[in-house]
Amino acid sequence: MNIVVCLKQVPGTTQVKIDPQTNTLVRQGIKNIVNPFDTYAVEEGARIKERFGGKVTAISMGPPQAEEVLREAISTGADEVILLSDSAFAGSDTLATSYTLARAINKIQEYDLVICGRQTIDGDTAQVGPELAETLEIPFVAYVSQIEEIDNGYMRVQRMVEDGHEVIETPLPAVITVVKEINVPRLPSLRGLTKAKSAVIPTWTAKELGVDKNMVGLSGSATRVIKIFSPQRAYRGEILQGSLESQAESLINKLRDTKLI
Amino acid sequence: MVKSMGIRIDPDKCTGCGDCTASCPFGLIEIIDEKAHINEGCTLCGACQEACSYDAILIEAAIETAAISDSHRGIWVFAEAKDGNLKSVDYELLSRGRELADTLKTELCAICFGHNISEVEQLIAYGADKVYLTDDPALANHQEDFYTWELTRLIEEHKPEIVLAGATSLGRSFIPRVAAILKTGLTADCTELEIDTERRLLLQTRPAFGGNIMATIICQTRRPQMATVRPRVFKKNPLEGRKGQIIKVDFNKEGITSKTKLLNFVEDLTERVKIEDADIIVSGGRGLDKAENFQLLEELAAVMGAAVGSSRPPVDDGWIPYSHQVGQTGKTICPKLYIACGISGAVQHLAGMQTSETIVAINNDAEAPIFEIATYGIVGDLFEVVPMLIAKLKG
Repeated sequence: MNIVVCLKQVPGTTQVKIDPQTNTLVRQGIKNIVNPFDTYAVEEGARIKERFGGKVTAISMGPPQAEEVLREAISTGADEVILLSDSAFAGSDTLATSYTLARAINKIQEYDLVICGRQTIDGDTAQVGPELAETLEIPFVAYVSQIEEIDNGYMRVQRMVEDGHEVIETPLPAVITVVKEINVPRLPSLRGLTKAKSAVIPTWTAKELGVDKNMVGLSGSATRVIKIFSPQRAYRGEILQGSLESQAESLINKLRDTKLI
Repeated sequence: MVKSMGIRIDPDKCTGCGDCTASCPFGLIEIIDEKAHINEGCTLCGACQEACSYDAILIEAAIETAAISDSHRGIWVFAEAKDGNLKSVDYELLSRGRELADTLKTELCAICFGHNISEVEQLIAYGADKVYLTDDPALANHQEDFYTWELTRLIEEHKPEIVLAGATSLGRSFIPRVAAILKTGLTADCTELEIDTERRLLLQTRPAFGGNIMATIICQTRRPQMATVRPRVFKKNPLEGRKGQIIKVDFNKEGITSKTKLLNFVEDLTERVKIEDADIIVSGGRGLDKAENFQLLEELAAVMGAAVGSSRPPVDDGWIPYSHQVGQTGKTICPKLYIACGISGAVQHLAGMQTSETIVAINNDAEAPIFEIATYGIVGDLFEVVPMLIAKLKG
């Protein structure tokens, strides 16, 4: 089983603020991390490899510093990594991102399974996985919480949906997105850390991927962000006073008065 | 001319006043030698152009919008059904879709796939002018491959300008595939949809960074403009005396086979009252301490006829199944009454419940952010307060 895992480097917090003076995102002092959902993808790739043999290749599209997430992937189980980095990729939306990732995966050629996290914590779209599958023209299963079996070119998985879970069978190669319920990611091993530190991270640029310039980056993106702003929080409500007993009483009266109960 | 992609600064007009630097959402404009300079990463959003009092900023990508928008007309809502029943989000989207269609003076269509779906005419009552109904046993379950190809085929045939769908498990999984085949833009989890009538553009506003930032997004040069919307974001609005047309579409299975196969569905039975349908939700967070303590909330829920919800930590710790989770990576709910017990109110949780009509917070930390949005707050130990509420409601 040759597995490709897609990773994204994201800000290490969602507590980003907009500077009210300049109306831009305040990025200072925010550390970058591997998108948390992607760590489950790396772990699952490593586990499948341990069961069935093969190798795990981690890829990430981003600026040069995104190589940090690939080093982390090496320390937790990736055999090979590739950074997709080119100024032509800047400003990509999910469509342009999935096209670029698909070009890289096609260049890798030998793969049986592509694993992505269910969504990123910065964009929160959950769109790159399904768009990537369609660009590669291979099957797709979202929200996978357990891989039950892999046999003879087929895979049977459980996936979480709103009101329960489904068991789905798919031929391989396929793209899946995984949820946090699927595993508990391992900590990096000492050997892994050493390997990660000294690894040379290969970079593929637009030229190496042979991409159509009109399909990557900003020109390949169908959507544009035209405005960002801080959400309006609702009002500050009423904090009840008095003993807990009288607060409980008063709460029930208020709810009854407004016919909520 | 200073040039950066499709945007130019006219140095003769630019006074270096700096109004544009503050307007750029990405902080890409600098004043160098008293002229504006645009750094790499510009999305051509046009915010600086609006801010400039001297018409010094030129954006060349004012593009083929008109040509494209002329060939596509109408708003479509993908109406999701499960086991033959339409979902509430279908009506919510049609209600908002009706207003958008009236603004654009165009038709509103519902697209519905499934088998033996009941009350299809309700889609008309909520605003659809036409319903394209594909009824086939092969579509009875959520066969996402079939749904992807059939919706793509219909869009290619009829060329709507806007396609909306619920950001449900199904919608978030197969709608992006449709967008990828059509090579068009898709905006996930919108919380507001407006129309720029002049350019016939859908202004799609959505939260990002776990709800800390709102972004407005457009899809300028490709069609259709596609968006998913979380359930309970828009209000259902049934209309009187509406007339519409139900158009039966044959599902042409010839030459296509679903690659993925749904073998089994296991319903989560712990959810006696579904949280997305409940008028009252009693919800617990980390403050409950352990799984057994959900029993206390079950009891309160039982006397109030409420459903039981949860913030993320109890689900992470396995105290309660995922189907109960409210928030960014769980469900969005909008009940009449939401009672948050031992929930601090992380922004990801607020994103899933802040539109509830009345919010009650019970938490022993007076500084917990949940109190900022609570209608009524009780600062106190939930293990004291909840039993009191149960006793009083029973009494």
